[in-house]
Amino acid sequence: MVEQVEEFDLIVEPGRSAKNYWNDIWRFRELFVFLAWRDILVRYKQTVIGLAWSLIRPFLTMIVFTVVFGKVAKLDAQGVPYAILVYAAMLPWQFFSTSFSDASNSLLTNSNMLTKIYFPRLIIPASTVIVNFIDFLISFVIMIGLMIWYHFVPPLTIIFLPLFLILALLTSMGAGLYIAVLNVKYRDFKYIVPFVVQFGMYISPVGWSSNVVPEKWRLLYSMNPMVGVIDGFRWCILGGESQIYIPGLLISIGLTLCILVFGIWYFRKMEKTFADII
Amino acid sequence: MVFQENGKNFCRYNLELIMNTVIKVENVGKSYIIRHQGQSSYVALRDVIADKVKGTLHRSKSLVTKSPVINAPGKEEFWALNDVSFEVQQGDRIGIIGRNGAGKSTLLKVLSRITEPTVGRISTKGRIASLLEVGTGFHPELTGRENIYLNGAVLGMHRAEIKNKFDEIVSFSEVEKFLDTPVKRYSSGMYVRLAFAVAAYLESEILIVDEVLAVGDLQFQKKCLGKMEDISQTEGRTVLFVSHNMGTINQLCNKGILLKNGRISDIGSTSDIVRTYMKSGSANGKIDRSSVSGTLVADIEFTEVLINGIDSNDIYISPSSEIKILVKGICKSELEYYRTGITILNDGVKLFSLHNCPEPVPIKKGPFIAEFNIPKYVLRPGDYALSIFGHDNGNNRKGNEWIYGNEILTFSILEEWDTINDSHNEGLININYQ
Repeated sequence: MVEQVEEFDLIVEPGRSAKNYWNDIWRFRELFVFLAWRDILVRYKQTVIGLAWSLIRPFLTMIVFTVVFGKVAKLDAQGVPYAILVYAAMLPWQFFSTSFSDASNSLLTNSNMLTKIYFPRLIIPASTVIVNFIDFLISFVIMIGLMIWYHFVPPLTIIFLPLFLILALLTSMGAGLYIAVLNVKYRDFKYIVPFVVQFGMYISPVGWSSNVVPEKWRLLYSMNPMVGVIDGFRWCILGGESQIYIPGLLISIGLTLCILVFGIWYFRKMEKTFADII
Repeated sequence: MVFQENGKNFCRYNLELIMNTVIKVENVGKSYIIRHQGQSSYVALRDVIADKVKGTLHRSKSLVTKSPVINAPGKEEFWALNDVSFEVQQGDRIGIIGRNGAGKSTLLKVLSRITEPTVGRISTKGRIASLLEVGTGFHPELTGRENIYLNGAVLGMHRAEIKNKFDEIVSFSEVEKFLDTPVKRYSSGMYVRLAFAVAAYLESEILIVDEVLAVGDLQFQKKCLGKMEDISQTEGRTVLFVSHNMGTINQLCNKGILLKNGRISDIGSTSDIVRTYMKSGSANGKIDRSSVSGTLVADIEFTEVLINGIDSNDIYISPSSEIKILVKGICKSELEYYRTGITILNDGVKLFSLHNCPEPVPIKKGPFIAEFNIPKYVLRPGDYALSIFGHDNGNNRKGNEWIYGNEILTFSILEEWDTINDSHNEGLININYQ
């Protein structure tokens, strides 16, 4: 027998970050879809009205918001139907908050897979974001319904909506990755996340327009990356009525990219230890 | 070397089967830090902050005393794997054996990339599929059909691949009727069958299997083993297999690795390794007092059971050897009509009992040893349990006094076939054992 030249496709050593990491992610690309598909299938199993829940939930929240802020608190609606003003902000906020908290918990809920099988771990939080993206699309149907109801014709700026959607996606992904890793090690974050989400809604311009923030605080206010996203959504959907604040938007984009890059870096650094400490 | 006659496979394997190392493990070690302080296994922020403070204090102290920093208070380094090196050739079927905690599962986890080794290097060639647990990624709410797709994707299969193999997977797993039932309604056997079937049809060059087959029934276990043999012999795929069942290891594997305390203690042909393992019993055949009950517990105490001289809790015995069982105990008060006995059980069914003497006899205070012999070839290959008991029919007491320790110890008879222990026979006992 002849000893062949040994060519191994994979070498595992401590500290060596697998050079084909992104290849692996590509190879497991269908797992993204399958995990998302699983979560969607499972979510409404054993419910009577099933998928209708994903329409009813945002609809009810929208009504509550409209009543509380528009009718009771009588906030300024800048001439557009208050329901649309609120809903234009609620859409991105809901998307951000649910995908952020789902991504943070995703590693824990799939812990048995982490300890028993290999695949690029990044797929788990990423697929939860996909699930929430689909929820977002369903919720958007209500937006269209509202526009028809109020005979509201959206301006041309609506074509920029996908850009702000991507910004929201990247923000929630980046922050979610970071918290997911911390959650594996410190379960304290399980309790911190819901609080952050609740608090975040009050400091983000969901129930009001960020125009009410005094000019000198605008820049500081934009340190919240969701301010850029929500303002962007309003600008796209409501048009000229709500002006976009460019320096704030740039800060939001910069911060988002920072969070995302740092999140991925931290995730990859820690992901090898997940199976040992989860 | 196996030469395949069927067309395209012939060329492929002819090229690849030439002494092809597919896994090379060099000096691999894996260490864990065990915390002695505190009960929680999770790190809480509070602890980290406290430790940081303690650590700085400690470090500043160690600068003075020059003691190593690694021995931080309440922490200990534990090497689950230590200096493990071996090579696996293509088509090898490696059986990994060792006692609980020997590092078998850690080795499989490191090999399948679930966790990273602390030191050393592992080089592999080809796709690795690992089956460390039955139905990883199965979702109880989803149906069998949905779970096949999901599990396949988790194992790294593409949808087209699963679609191609779908019918084979279903027919292998024998769950056709329940394909559209959520798997939470499955019996554990059906669950295992489905999970194994998905993994078995995965087209990977290397298959890593932990002890997962123990759950299914005997018939299905045989089917799985047959499939695994098939995979490695006719398809040239490599199998790494962990099991406590020496019979299975003997039957399936051509090479064995014996792990002991995280190190490779022996490596070689399966039968040699199994024999070494059987002899290496450690002294844990002591009897736990809480597992023995009865009206005689104040008078009689069983201390130890030894099978063929090995007082261990899982023992592998060849069918061709006589089984000698010693029960050691202490008598605390004299009894007039006493005798000790054992019962052999299989799966909870009592097969037979033996007594150490035909009639009860007086027993004096102090230690005693009761001896039992089961002739060779009586028990056929399988897993057995041993119960021990004592009776006193003395007239100084009312009625029958007793002490019973149920299923104190287990042992296995190996699958070694010969003319007397004929593999074509069925049942638990050989009749013509002389």
